[in-house]
Amino acid sequence: MSIDLRAGSPPARVPFYNDPKVRSIAYQVALCAVIGFLVWGAASNAIDNLRKANIASGFGFWEQTAGFDISQSMISYTNQSTYGRAFWVGLLNTLLVAAIGIVFATIIGFIVGIARLSKNWLVNKAASGYVEIIRNIPLLLQLLFWYNAVLKALPDLRDSVKIPGGAFLNNRGLFMPEPVAQSGFQFVLIALAAGIIGSIVYYRWAKKRQDKTGQQAPVFLVSLGLIVGVPLAVFFAAGLPLTFSYPEAGRFNMSGGIEVLPEFAALLFGLSIYTAAFIAEVVRAGIRAVSHGQTEASYSLGLRSPPTLRLIVVPQAMRVIIPPLTSQYLNLTKNSTLAVAIGYPDLVQIFTGTVLNQTGQAVEVVAITMAVYLTISLTTSLFMNIYNSRIALVER
Amino acid sequence: MTMSEGDLAVAQLKFVRQTTLEQQPPPKSMTGAIGWLRENLISTPFNVVLTILIALFLLWLIPGIVKFLLIDAVWTGADRDACREIVQNRPIGACWPFAWERLSYFTYGSYPIPQRWRVDVFFAMLAIGVVWILSLKAPRRDLAAYYCFIVLPICSFILLSGFEAIGLPHVDTVLWGGVLVTIVVSAVGIVVSLPIGILLALGRKSDMPTVKLFSVLFIEFVRGVPLVTVLFMASVMLPLFVPEQYSPDKLLRALIGIAMFASAYMAEVVRAGLQAIPKGQFEGAMAVGLGYWQMMRLIILPQALKITIPNIVNTYIGLFKDTTLVFIVGIFDLLHTIEVSRLDPKWATPVTSTTGYAVAGIFYLVFCYAMSRYARATEARLAKSDRR
Repeated sequence: MSIDLRAGSPPARVPFYNDPKVRSIAYQVALCAVIGFLVWGAASNAIDNLRKANIASGFGFWEQTAGFDISQSMISYTNQSTYGRAFWVGLLNTLLVAAIGIVFATIIGFIVGIARLSKNWLVNKAASGYVEIIRNIPLLLQLLFWYNAVLKALPDLRDSVKIPGGAFLNNRGLFMPEPVAQSGFQFVLIALAAGIIGSIVYYRWAKKRQDKTGQQAPVFLVSLGLIVGVPLAVFFAAGLPLTFSYPEAGRFNMSGGIEVLPEFAALLFGLSIYTAAFIAEVVRAGIRAVSHGQTEASYSLGLRSPPTLRLIVVPQAMRVIIPPLTSQYLNLTKNSTLAVAIGYPDLVQIFTGTVLNQTGQAVEVVAITMAVYLTISLTTSLFMNIYNSRIALVER
Repeated sequence: MTMSEGDLAVAQLKFVRQTTLEQQPPPKSMTGAIGWLRENLISTPFNVVLTILIALFLLWLIPGIVKFLLIDAVWTGADRDACREIVQNRPIGACWPFAWERLSYFTYGSYPIPQRWRVDVFFAMLAIGVVWILSLKAPRRDLAAYYCFIVLPICSFILLSGFEAIGLPHVDTVLWGGVLVTIVVSAVGIVVSLPIGILLALGRKSDMPTVKLFSVLFIEFVRGVPLVTVLFMASVMLPLFVPEQYSPDKLLRALIGIAMFASAYMAEVVRAGLQAIPKGQFEGAMAVGLGYWQMMRLIILPQALKITIPNIVNTYIGLFKDTTLVFIVGIFDLLHTIEVSRLDPKWATPVTSTTGYAVAGIFYLVFCYAMSRYARATEARLAKSDRR
């Protein structure tokens, strides 16, 4: 942006230190130098301190025996397994609670969000009260409340609450019958897979036909029949190849069945209820963003209320809802790290907690943990950008 | 007035009303309490079912809460026996004597008792600052910013940490706790995150590639990881990165973590504000010969910050709630002092935990709700200037 005076007069003489280009380069060199110096200083101090404290560095610990137990794991793990194995156990536990939490938070959030727009005064106020109270109390407090004040206050093993159907509830968790597949169950799974593929094929065919001829097909009913009905029929035909292993109360512990830890349940409750309050606001904003004219136009074209909602309002609202909804899902996943406060064995509790304390290799352990979350976040935002560019309004 | 034949014919018809009727009030069933009920609670069968279900739920929930907090609550007592169902032979609600006895611990942590007046002075100074900068009618609001962002931090540090030369003995941060730490952590986050956030936002929009690169890296990195891991990084990695003798104390490490985290989020809020400023404003500022910093200081930032005030306050609410996470790296904030107190054998009863959490819940609810009301009021006030 140098000043360039034409019409005969010589260009104004700008001293080189006032030239924006020179200045910009000088600033950038200075910034790089400062950051480079900081990084170099930090690295040399770290090497120094680690040598003094006699802490190993590098990722050799990955293959060492962990030597601690983990209360919940989805893959086989004993205290003889390696730290690397413990990492995968933690990561899977994090993903498990995040996935189930996302499902629950979405369901509650959509219900509450729509309830906030309801004309029913009581429903509206109850939903607003829920959102205001839950959003303004820290998640950590809610988690501690669910864990210490609710789930740990349940009766102990001897006075377990018996739930009809063979389940037990006590302060060690929820114990449910575990379905055990007998021979012949694989046919049911094959039928289920076939049903899903069949309904996708049917949906495509129906859409093509509607585009061509305008004739509609009962896609929902046919898919329901294919996905639920066919496997059920096969299940009965194969002679009910499924038994349940019921939990039994021993003297000191329960045996058999599926065990839901109170830590897991508390984390799941807390995350779902907290995130649902934010999702409710996202949903409300999304639906309100669809202007009333759209609904009126749809009615005047002769569509009734349900198809108006399904074909006009929801598709437009989703365009507004999905990006902030995704960031709420990411927040839920990141907030699952609060598991460390109530002792649910997630990635942070196992890895940044126990493994860090045992090995002392702070830099490697924290870096690995951060890399995991960073990968999840960046992958999600990558997909989000692709999605956004696909659904963005095409303006003329 | 002359009448045409047709009009006359109409006038002679007995069954046509000749005068306009007075306006009638709407039917009884459409107004008043009944009308309101019909419209708002029982307009359709589905709504009737919903109303009944929600009413039943609220009738179960609200009396339960009131009963626990007030009716069945224990108001006086010396130790756990006052709050035990077996001893008292009645249903027991909240155990308020426990909260009352521990109130000073919840407020000051382990801060030495003879020095606690210093914390009180700090709270008073902070209250003055907040009222001064937030109330629109306060005198000399231009000085309030200097007070809040320069005078207050320095005075608070001297007051709380101690300064031997003027007779204030040093109090180690290990002893700080309770509401004091919660407020200090959130205040530092609030005061530090705004200027750094602005710089990062400007850096992200800068023309200089390396400035932009480092800003984007920092913002995306910090926003991509959970706060817990940032705090872990600050508390276990930071001491490795500095020479041993300069190793920061535990509270300072947590403060650095919180400040980094809050700055990255603030940067994105400010950036959103900058993007809402039309390009003409930048061009206009350059055309009148302003340099980069003058342009930002005088033209762009005042407008950008004005429209982002509600979002800034929302970020502060999030930050205030997030300060509870310092609990995880071993700082004694309000939640941590409650967590420690509820395990005290002197007060071990089934209701102690719930009472403690109720105290914390009310504290956070009041503060966060007040902040969100302020954000909404500001939004409404600023919207006035855009109304035509």
